[in-house]
Amino acid sequence: MDAVLFLVFAAIAVVCAINLVLQTHPIASALSLIGVMGSLAFVYLQLGGEFIAAAQLVVYAGAIMVLFVFVIMLLNEGKERKVKMKLWGRWAGAPLLACFLALMAFIVQRVLPPQESVRFGAFTGGDAQSIGTRLFTAYLLPFEVTSVLILIAIVGAIVLARKEID
Amino acid sequence: MPFPYWITGVPFSWYLILSAVLFALGVAGFLFRRNIITVFMSIELMLNAVNLSFVAFSYKLGKNDGHIFSFFVMVVAAAEAAVGLAIILTVFKNRQTLEIDEVSSLKN
Amino acid sequence: MPYIVLSLIKLLIVVLILMHALAYLQWVERKVIAHVQLRVGPRRVGPHGLLQPLADVIKLVTKEGLIPSHVNTPFYFLAPFLAVLFALIPMCLIPYGGDINVFGIHTTMQVTDVSIGVLLVLGLSGLGVYGVALAGWASNNKYALMGGLRSSAQMISYELPMALAIAAPLLMLNTLSFRHMVDAQTGFYFGFIPKWSIFQGPFPQIFSFILFSIAGFAETNRVPFDLPEAENELVAGFHTEYSSMTFAAFFMAEYANMMTVSFVATLLFLGGWQPLWPVQYGSSLLAPLIFGATALICFSHAVRPARPFDRITLPVFGVIFLGLAGLFLIPAGQQILMPLFWFLGKAGIILFIFIWVRATLPRFRYDQLMSFAWTFMFPAALINLFITGFLVAVS
Repeated sequence: MDAVLFLVFAAIAVVCAINLVLQTHPIASALSLIGVMGSLAFVYLQLGGEFIAAAQLVVYAGAIMVLFVFVIMLLNEGKERKVKMKLWGRWAGAPLLACFLALMAFIVQRVLPPQESVRFGAFTGGDAQSIGTRLFTAYLLPFEVTSVLILIAIVGAIVLARKEID
Repeated sequence: MPFPYWITGVPFSWYLILSAVLFALGVAGFLFRRNIITVFMSIELMLNAVNLSFVAFSYKLGKNDGHIFSFFVMVVAAAEAAVGLAIILTVFKNRQTLEIDEVSSLKN
Repeated sequence: MPYIVLSLIKLLIVVLILMHALAYLQWVERKVIAHVQLRVGPRRVGPHGLLQPLADVIKLVTKEGLIPSHVNTPFYFLAPFLAVLFALIPMCLIPYGGDINVFGIHTTMQVTDVSIGVLLVLGLSGLGVYGVALAGWASNNKYALMGGLRSSAQMISYELPMALAIAAPLLMLNTLSFRHMVDAQTGFYFGFIPKWSIFQGPFPQIFSFILFSIAGFAETNRVPFDLPEAENELVAGFHTEYSSMTFAAFFMAEYANMMTVSFVATLLFLGGWQPLWPVQYGSSLLAPLIFGATALICFSHAVRPARPFDRITLPVFGVIFLGLAGLFLIPAGQQILMPLFWFLGKAGIILFIFIWVRATLPRFRYDQLMSFAWTFMFPAALINLFITGFLVAVS
């Protein structure tokens, strides 16, 4: 049952990622990316990362991608102009990528023994309470630093995107 | 015939392979697409693939440090997306195009 | 019984009741707004217009679905699908009552209790922005695009005060799961004041409740924040180009969002299915009392009816209400019905306030709406969170 669920959501993620790369209209790419993020949230749930799954839905799919979709709709540029790649790029690109990935998959499979399988529910440290405790005790400094980083990003975005008052 | 081991669980290497595939697709999108927003979205895809790696290894090692690092990656990606999109808006205002080949005004 | 069969049965019950509730919520809204405006509302289709939702459904299904030729067809159909999807999923996460024991099966009145329930509901309401934004954009129509972008900007602006208003009672309840949240609100102060979040020390969460309700109005695009979709502004906003079933889908999504906001407010602030005063002082008799009083009113009006057909319909309603009152007195059904009565009663009061506000208040202008979010609601929610955190840390 675990394997079936993983395969389904992994397949959705890979199909959406391929769709992201192949689609010409940026809105279709954005929706495919939202599909990737949603299916990855389910994969995180299987690994015991409930808080990370919820954060993925709230932060990534619900806020960052909304920002992308807004910008695409505001700029409203439409489809990309198609430009033909060089001949050898078109014919050898995807097969080379597939070979490389197959080689990597084979090596990874050999290094990590298949008997250690991931079971749903085997990892219990991913709930909000444990992550909160770690975040505010062991990782307090990075937490404060990232809050300053977000403040810098807000100020930067406002300065860059405001209308010039001449 | 022994019951296939992977019916009750998923072999750990599959998570890493999924992460590698998504990362490779992100790199392919980054290198081959010409719309600046799609390039940016490929970067986000790469970040997601890395997040998956972090969470998978966090399961393997039994600690939740990977979850916390993944959380920080998400936060930094949010900040980067905000500033990056503001930069894209400014580029569009100045060059009136979103294709990365036409933004440069260098000769040759 | 295996877990998956039980879950499927619960899902079936939730879906059936939910679909009927969405339709009849619209009937309740039309009747309440009508009576506020000193008119009657739907009264022709069935007694007191009770079959009006059925007539509306038949009309919407059989109406011609006009698809303009210039729309972006895949996204045009994806948008209402996404809107309805993200509006209906939270219904599975919400507990409608406590533990029950039915035919020997010990279970809870909730389809699934996720340990991060509140975060998921927040995330799903954030994802609901996509339905609106895509609808506005796919219509290929300047006014629809503007309406869609305005509505999405409004929804994401009000998500922030809503999340902060949710965080304050969570500091006191110490859990993200809905079931544990209600369990943390059991008990009574001094024997008769319930320990709901809005009464709980060290800081009664009344201000958070008000902020959450206002943000809930804005999230669901209800008056006074419904400028992006009002019929006389911007040519009906983001759903201008939608007709028949797709239009019905957007309205179903709006009512489902309204119900989700009421349910979450009930669970977080009003104690879920906890009674208002202890059971030993007779709080279980409130439901039979209310239904019995309604039956008496029906019978007393039937003696001198305002309309001729009321001579028949009002006594029938009176008998039905007497039957319901009797149902609440059976001890076997009481463990299911009483928590359900309290939960739906509280959520119903909040929904009534939603409808009451729609009949009463004028709407905000768009810039007033956005400045209200960023210059008043967000600092107010922050200050509220600081005070709550400070008082919780000190005590």
